[in-house]
Amino acid sequence: MTENIINPKSMSIIVTKGTLDWGYPPFILATTAAAMDVEVTMFFTFYGLGLLKKDLNLKVSTLGNPAMEMPMGGGHMQMPNLLGALPGMTDLTSSMMKDMIKKKGVASIEELREAAILSDVRIIACQMTMDLFEYKHEDMIDGVEYGGAASYMETALKSHINLYI
Amino acid sequence: MADQLLDAKGLNCPLPILKTKKMLQTLEAGQVLEVLATDPGSVKDFAAFCRTTGNEIVEQSEGDGVFKFLIKKSA
Repeated sequence: MTENIINPKSMSIIVTKGTLDWGYPPFILATTAAAMDVEVTMFFTFYGLGLLKKDLNLKVSTLGNPAMEMPMGGGHMQMPNLLGALPGMTDLTSSMMKDMIKKKGVASIEELREAAILSDVRIIACQMTMDLFEYKHEDMIDGVEYGGAASYMETALKSHINLYI
Repeated sequence: MADQLLDAKGLNCPLPILKTKKMLQTLEAGQVLEVLATDPGSVKDFAAFCRTTGNEIVEQSEGDGVFKFLIKKSA
């Protein structure tokens, strides 16, 4: 058995969610960590896998998200949970959020993903999820490795920080 | 006097840090990068970035909502 030597500057992140809001934390942390000379591995599984598709059309819903409020006219407007059940509402809240992101100089997920790849963040896509949701390798961006739980565990055992998002 | 200027005004976390890292890679050790940012979080973030990466903030100031950092690249 090989010994697991932990690199003090290393991090792994399991990415399980693929909505516009949940897509940010893993990519922000991964790119910033890489900029601070941390060796980063991201493991994309279940809905997180969607963040690796060539064409992203990420969405955010008010449904199941009672904490969501949008800045409006100097105040904040609570977004009723049930609003998300109406047809077209998820597209509306998603484009509102994307407008805000642009206006406030926040990077897009596409930009952060590109930055992650350019800074040598290791990206592993869960092969089981690929099969389960019938994704093909050509649906995904280049530079992705395909592996499973054992691939993740090998990395996690050597990483100083292991996050699940 | 800085050797390079990075205008990160209007950009939000983590872009100023990512662009700083990229530009530092083009500098020689001992050279100085001037960064301009408007993100109020950048004050704490640049300090943390430099402490972690070994680069040095040699000067720092603020005026008209713009934060200026002079960062000396370590060896």
